[in-house]
This record gives sequence, C-alpha cells and structure tokens, in this order.
Amino acid sequence: MKPEETIQLAHGGGGRLSRDLIQSEIVSRFGKGPLAGLPDAATLPWHGKKIIFTTDSFVVQPLEFPGGNIGDLAVHGTVNDLAVSGGLPRWLSMGLIIEEGLSLSKLRRILDSVKTAAEVCGVVIATGDTKVVGRGQCDGLFINTSGIGEALDGFDLGPGRVVKGDDVIVSGELGDHGFAVLAARHKINISSTLKSDSAPVHHLVQAVQKFAGGIRFMRDPTRGGLASVLGEIVQNGKTGICLEEPKLPFSTGARALSEILGIDPLHVASEGRIVMICSPEVSREILKKWKTINGGAGARSIGKVTADKGRVTIRTVAGGQRIVDVPRGELLPRIC
Amino acid sequence: MFLPLCLCAFVPFSPCIFVSFNNMKYIDGYRNRKAAERLKERIADLAGQLKRSGKTASIMEVCGTHTMAIARFGIRDILPENVDLISGPGCPVCVTETGYIDAAISLAEKDIIIVTFGDMINVPGSKSTLAMIRSSGASVETVYSPSSALTLARQNPDREIVFLAVGFETTIAPVTTILATCYEDGLKNLSLLTAFKLVPPALKALMSDPELKIDSFLCPAHVSAIIGSGAYRPFTGPNGIPCVVAGFEPLDILLAIEGILSQLVAGKAEVENQYNRVVKPEGNIKAKKLMEKYLQPVDARWRGLGMVPQSGLGIRPEYEKCDAGKKHGISVQKGREPAGCLCGEVIKGKLKPMECPLFGKACTPDHAIGPCMVSSEGSCSAYYKYTR
Repeated sequence: MKPEETIQLAHGGGGRLSRDLIQSEIVSRFGKGPLAGLPDAATLPWHGKKIIFTTDSFVVQPLEFPGGNIGDLAVHGTVNDLAVSGGLPRWLSMGLIIEEGLSLSKLRRILDSVKTAAEVCGVVIATGDTKVVGRGQCDGLFINTSGIGEALDGFDLGPGRVVKGDDVIVSGELGDHGFAVLAARHKINISSTLKSDSAPVHHLVQAVQKFAGGIRFMRDPTRGGLASVLGEIVQNGKTGICLEEPKLPFSTGARALSEILGIDPLHVASEGRIVMICSPEVSREILKKWKTINGGAGARSIGKVTADKGRVTIRTVAGGQRIVDVPRGELLPRIC
Repeated sequence: MFLPLCLCAFVPFSPCIFVSFNNMKYIDGYRNRKAAERLKERIADLAGQLKRSGKTASIMEVCGTHTMAIARFGIRDILPENVDLISGPGCPVCVTETGYIDAAISLAEKDIIIVTFGDMINVPGSKSTLAMIRSSGASVETVYSPSSALTLARQNPDREIVFLAVGFETTIAPVTTILATCYEDGLKNLSLLTAFKLVPPALKALMSDPELKIDSFLCPAHVSAIIGSGAYRPFTGPNGIPCVVAGFEPLDILLAIEGILSQLVAGKAEVENQYNRVVKPEGNIKAKKLMEKYLQPVDARWRGLGMVPQSGLGIRPEYEKCDAGKKHGISVQKGREPAGCLCGEVIKGKLKPMECPLFGKACTPDHAIGPCMVSSEGSCSAYYKYTR
C-alpha cells in the first residue's frame, strides 16, 4: 500500500516543491481571480482606482538575529511585497501567535521593532489580533502581517512584459538575510560583518517611479533567492536570462558561508533588495538614482534577458556557461 | 537542510578554511577570468598536439565535489572535443547501497534518533526514505558536524542515537573523532552505523575494468589531504596513468587538466600534486593514526562496483559497543535497487547521466529514483542542476 502523502519541510522552502504544492492545492481552488499568476500582492479595483493587497506569515528562528528580529522583518516583508507590486504601502494588520513561556522582555523588544519599522516605512498598524498557545504548540512567536497599499501610477508589471535585450539589475548585495539567520541559528560565528539585509524597499520603488514605463518586472528575492525569481520570469517560455558571474554582488560574509557550507548564494533569501527587469534605456538612470539612496549603494546590473527560452544561465568566472537551477526547496527552513 | 555528505568542501584538518573565513580575496585569486583564459589556450594547444597523433584524453574526476565544481564553473563547456571528463565513484551517498538506507530506516522505526548529514535523507531505500519516515514522525536529525551527534546524545540520555557514518577518507577522519569521544567518555547511548569507503581500492578496481578506458585520474583534493598524494603512486609508472591531485577552484581544475595533458603528450605517468597548498605527499599522519586505532579494513560493497576487497573501514572489535550494527543487532542486507535506475553504470563512468533513459524524465531532483540524482555530489544531480 502506498503510504499517505504528507507535507515535508521542503514544501515550504520557496523552491520547486513549494511551487508544485501551491499549484496543485491553492491555484487549483482559488487561482482564477487576482491570485492568477501568483504575484507578490494582488492588484484590486477600488472605485476607479487600484489598491494593492498582500499577506505574509513570519516563523523565523531564532526570533532575534544580527540585523533585525521577527518584528521588523514582519513589517519589511509585507511592505516590500506591496512595493515591488508597484504599491505605496499604507496600512498593515498584525496577528501574533505567542507560545506560553515567551519572555515578556523579548516580546517588548520585538513589538518596539515593529513600531519603529512601521514609522520608518510610513505605514500604520491598523488592526491586529493576539493569541497565546500552549508550550510546544508554536515556537516562541509567529507573526502574520497583511498590508494594503495604493497603486503607484505608471507601473504595469509582469513576467509577460519582459523582452529580449532587457537588463537585469539588483539594488544591492544578495543573500545576507538567509546567511545571517543561518549563522545565528547554528551559532556559526564566522564574520562580524554578516548581518541580515532586512529593510524596506518602497522608497527605492518610489524614487524610480518616473521610469515606470521602462520597468517590466520587480520582485524582492526572498525564499529561494535570485534563482527562484529569475526562474519564475522565464517559466512562461518566452525569454531566457543570462547572468555574468563576476558581476554578482555578494558580501564577504555571505560568500564565506556559501563556500564553507556548499550553499549556492543564488538560492538564499534577501529581505531588503529588489530584482528588477527593465529596458536598457532606463537601467542606467535607475542605477544612478539608486546609488544615491539609502539601501541602494550596491545597486548594479547583473545580466541580460536573452532569447534562450525558458533557461536562466550564468557565464562563469572560468568562462564557461551553465544553467542556474531553481532550488528544490529545503535549503534553509524558517528564515522568514 | 542541504548539506553535502562528503565533507570534501569543508577542508577538515587544513588551514585553508580559516583563510577563507577572513579573506575571500584568497579564493578570488583562483577565480581569475584572465588566468582561466590563458589556461584554456594552453589546454587547447596540448589537446591539439594529442589530436594530431590521433589521441583523445579520458580524464576521470574521482571526487563528487570535483564533479560539482566542474559543472558549476562550466568547465566542460570550454574543453576541446578530444578531452573528456568522466565522473567517477566519488559521491559517498551514490555508492552506498540501498540496504544501508533500509537498515537506517529500521533503526528509526525502533524509536532510535537517527543523526545524518542532509544528503542521505532523500536517498531511496527499498521502500521509503528517511525524509518520508521523518514526516511520519520518526526522529531523523540532519546535522552540519559529526560532533552534533555527541551533543544530541548528551541532550537525550534516555534515547538511543545512531549516527550514519558514511563517507570517504575526508569524512572518516572527523567522524572517527566522535567514535573516540563516544568510547573514551563512555557515552552509552550513541553508536555508529558505518559504511565507510576507501578511494584507492576503488581506483584499482576501475583501472582493472577492461570495459573502461581511463587515460588519467584527476585525484580528489581533500581525500588526498588525509591519505597523501603518495597514495596514488601504485597507479603511475610504466603501466600506469597520470594522477594529478587538484583543488576545487576553477583555476585548480584547469591547471590539473593542463598537467594531465602535458603528461599525456610527453608519454609520462606520474603523480603530480597541483594542490600542494593543502595536500602533502604523506597526508595527514595524525588523522591516519586516529583512523587506524579505531577502524580496520573490511570488504565493502559499492553500488556499481560490487564487492571490492578491503575497500571499506569498520569499527575494530574492541570498540564494538559503539558499533550500531552489533549493538542493535542489525546487518546491512542487499536492498532492492530502483527499477530502471542505471546509477551503477554512471558511477563507473560507463554512462553519462543523460544516457540513462530515466534522466530528467522519471528521475529529477524532486522525484529522484537513484542516489546519483539525490545527492548534491552525484553526477546526475550535477548534470541536471547545471548542464541540462
């Protein structure tokens, strides 16, 4: 007899197994409306205007890590999902599921971080909910945040708009969040400078709104990293992407951990970065603008959209070319 | 958690890892595109000389980490057509037989905590995988370091812990340290289920296979850090082939290929240690002594190669209280190989991964049928991940 199928950790990792689960169980039931195409946030009509709506749950372990904690991460994650969907974040909800025994001082620190992050992002915590469950029934604290934003004029985003010759650009070094959480969880103390990149990106989007016509697609490369985002773009089989390995920005700490643990940094999450596909006409202007803004100093072009349909490839430091695979999924559970 | 079972990438007992903590420029030196271009030209020149005398070069890279590095840096893509890199049996998960997984699963079903490197959890046994039984409630812990098994044993004094001790010399040495601690500290609830394999006996078996035509070995980096470059001397000389020890960076590998081709052009068959910043001719004497104290050579069955005499290491009888097989009364039986899987042929280098009819169709990393697709060090996984 075939054993009953069960959910494995890899189903939550943001890779192919996550995608399969969502396609077969979520999209099949709910995928006809705004959920179609699985954008980071839904764009909904509202009395002649458009609003952007999203939700995200945070189960990161440990709750506090170098560069942030679950509180500011829960704000940045939802704000960034709204921002890369072309939204100006306005209101957030906050649902707390707290495990019996969590220290009150830790909860206070986390809620203070929520407050500060919300103020910095210009969003209001408009509604919330608090539940406490027994010891062992959750792991310290889980947070869900939902967010509503106004659609910024001029953005028309989607993988279908991407064409051959477009530039692939990023707003900074990639993967620091995933590696910093991993290092904190496993107490791997290899780099004093390795910190989560958890930060809002809405101001980076607003700053380049005037180039919106040339911007085809944006994402914040969270679970599954850059590879997952790019894999999703070429999934429709109309275009491909070729990256230049020497141009890829990774911090020293992220590279060191990646080399030591054999984890492809292209698969590791950032929580304060944008991956953008845009026309070559606007890419230089956008990079110039970003470099002058907080959180955009490390912005750079990393590759091109190609006619190599359905494939993301990389031209390596050795001069050869290989494909960039979408991670399967169990790389780093519970990093956000 | 993804973790390469082969600890090759971890550089145990070597100073190199500490350098990479502090200074990534150290690695950048071995990833210089201009230097790679020059080596590529030199390789093309040497391959041209071989071609003019009607020769090809079949180079077997023995180590799974080399297989991954070659694919990751796109090295096959820049080699001349008469230079072929064949992936060998250097992935410890791939050469571990199905029956071993069955034995580990049967231990987990006895409510024993199984501690393993991440690569093992998705390897199919005859009926199930460790990941599947974990999601059904069995205790299967994936760890980065063998020493985590000691921690788990101390944290769970009322539970039995079995560490899945699989790997080549690079892994055997650090795993033996926990065997030593386990024995010396009298940790009663920890034991090891061993399937240790030795590289030189496997090379001997491959060299004597009349169906295989291997012109040279690209020898493993960190296995050699333990056993020493001198261990390859028996494969060189008048009836031998060039053996070049290489590091894992793109320039290391290109330089080793250049060295092999130079020897082939000159008609030589010598040991060359390109990775002398880590590997010594005598190896790591301390590690070798430690292994010799606690372990003894045993005949071992390899997927693909079959039973190879004295090609494994088992726990010496005086330390058998740390031997999970003896302690829990379990022996590794011959398991059922997955139907249609040609991993055995791939491991021997007789087939390229894409020549298996299952490759990329029925067998993918998401639904792996054979271990060569499961393991991050496996040839099928490397081809699927980087060169499809």
